[in-house]
Amino acid sequence: MNALRRPVRAFFAALEGLFDRIFGPEQNPLAHLGALGFFFYWIVVATGVHLYIGFDTSVAGAYDSVEHLSRSPWFLAGVSRSLHRYASDALVVVMFVHILREFGLDRCRGVRWFSWVVGMPIIVFVYASGISGYWLVWDRLAQYVAIASTEWLDWLPIFGEPIARNFLTRGSLDDRFFTLLVFLHIAVPLILVFVLWIHLQRISRPDINPPKRLAAGTAAMLLGLSLVYPATSQGPADLGTVTSIVRPDWFYLPLYPLVDFLSAGSVWAIVAGATLVMLAIPWLPPLRRPPAAVVTLDLCNGCGRCAEDCPYSAISMAPRSDGKPFEVEAVVDPDLCVSCGICVGACPTSTPFRSDPKLPTAIDVPEPALHALRDATREASRRCVGDRRILVFGCLHSAAALQPESADTAVVPLPCVGMLPPSFIDYVLSRDLADGVFLAGCADSSSYNRLGPRWTRARLAGERDPRLRQRVPRDRLAAAWLAPRDRKRLAAEIDAFRARLPKRAPASSARPALVAEREPAQ
Amino acid sequence: MSARLLQWAGQAAAYAGFAAFVGYFSSAPAYTHLDPAMALVKVSFSHGAPRQAACRERSAEELAKLPPTMRRKMDCPRVRPTVSLELLVDGIPLIAESLPPSGLSKDGPSRIYRTIPVTAGTHTLTARLRDTIRDDGEWDYERTITAELAPAQNFVVDFRADAGGFLFR
Repeated sequence: MNALRRPVRAFFAALEGLFDRIFGPEQNPLAHLGALGFFFYWIVVATGVHLYIGFDTSVAGAYDSVEHLSRSPWFLAGVSRSLHRYASDALVVVMFVHILREFGLDRCRGVRWFSWVVGMPIIVFVYASGISGYWLVWDRLAQYVAIASTEWLDWLPIFGEPIARNFLTRGSLDDRFFTLLVFLHIAVPLILVFVLWIHLQRISRPDINPPKRLAAGTAAMLLGLSLVYPATSQGPADLGTVTSIVRPDWFYLPLYPLVDFLSAGSVWAIVAGATLVMLAIPWLPPLRRPPAAVVTLDLCNGCGRCAEDCPYSAISMAPRSDGKPFEVEAVVDPDLCVSCGICVGACPTSTPFRSDPKLPTAIDVPEPALHALRDATREASRRCVGDRRILVFGCLHSAAALQPESADTAVVPLPCVGMLPPSFIDYVLSRDLADGVFLAGCADSSSYNRLGPRWTRARLAGERDPRLRQRVPRDRLAAAWLAPRDRKRLAAEIDAFRARLPKRAPASSARPALVAEREPAQ
Repeated sequence: MSARLLQWAGQAAAYAGFAAFVGYFSSAPAYTHLDPAMALVKVSFSHGAPRQAACRERSAEELAKLPPTMRRKMDCPRVRPTVSLELLVDGIPLIAESLPPSGLSKDGPSRIYRTIPVTAGTHTLTARLRDTIRDDGEWDYERTITAELAPAQNFVVDFRADAGGFLFR
């Protein structure tokens, strides 16, 4: 499965790089696929409500009402119809790209299995919504879709009377059956919202709204397409004849021709097989999960920053259980924890200035524990020589993963750059462990642990606790947010940082005020 | 050209490319489901054959062997026989099937839904059905018609015993 994943990842890495340059990292559509899916869904809902006002739910009246809506200028219903279709199609596109990208970035294994597995019924509901919508127009395509769908469903031995008999001859189809289809087309998208809600249950701060500029651009694109190439019907349905040639919507109806070429049973087998494979992907192979974060209650004052920053909703604040004079305490759900360490970086007790070699902190991940991170920092410092020594704190999933070290540059790997408490930067510079600190995190468009880079930037900018102290010289600090493919760019960024870094002061005058600092107040 | 302008041009190209992709595949390319020169014969019905055996009165001994709550005087077997069906187009058998009764107790109707593309034009269609157990090889229902099938016509062969047998529509 990893062999499959690699080319997908490489493809997306190249595409993300291109889109980063075109749209900018903040507006990169690939970083907002889920949000774009929601955006398209809401367009479909809004235009669907608009269309329903003028839609005739009878067999005899459906086609004419849709034609009337399409051609009359009444509240631009024709544009609504086109938007309804194209937003539905775009939804399918972003849905599959989203799935493929999550697979490529390996964001479907481990605790992320839940979102992946719950995503599978979403595909079914999106298709059920879209296909049932095509029936309602009751044109030649609708007739083809209705008959092909029912013939395909009839292969399953669960229906008594073949459903396809409802479309046998002129007059076979009654208004009651048609009303049932209308009901399905409304009910299924409503259920879809519920499943989408479940899909996001284990994600903290899900990205469900695309950035405004991207949303505006996407909406303008759909509107332009609707005006230039409006959706049209394909002639009224006539059950007395067969639809020989149709113009299917290939986003929703690719399986129907397949039923003709193979057989209903074969296509069911393909669908069932594909579903099983998709459901099994999170365990192919199972992800070795590092041990979950651990709370040391003695040090926890219940500030809630770890729960606030956790991207996976793995930490909750529960009533105090140890009698200490705080209202709540942090509780980690090991089933949801990916051990990214962002909680460690968020905790105000996570400071390297303590003299205790075990470096206790209120919340810690066992791999690497905070004391191990400090040891690694000291060790990296010892490897650095020269008058512009740089310590790179790099995320294992970013461009820093394979960053080679040089005589004056050493790398301290982290599961996520968000694990680094800002006090570590202070520690490195004030203890003269390096002349400059460089943070190398994931690009926003491909961030492995979602919120890590965002929280880190906010902490450095003093916008989020724990903040980087004012005394830290900002000219000795730099950061780059790059995808794994950007190794050369990272090297160039580090070189540029080195070039502008003030040379090391003589040992005797090495920022005495800072070196004299010891443990800051907790 | 400034970098900003290039960005805008790139975005416009990306949006246009996406719109073209969605717009095109939303209704193209066309798909030929059935050769326009062909007609489609659909054979579909749901027919419950007469019960395999008639009701009979249980003897006193038989009743005595039954649990008290099940001592009904009349014994009416529910099982229906398998329905045999043949459809010949211009003398060529296109369907020759045995349709078992549905249901766990084999007491439901026999059902069929088949589609057969045929070339448009004049054809002689013969439909035969047997819904009783008989050894003489005869058919209980048979109907032959000559039909002029137009291209893309949906020609339905239905069966309703209460309407006299086969219906060609």
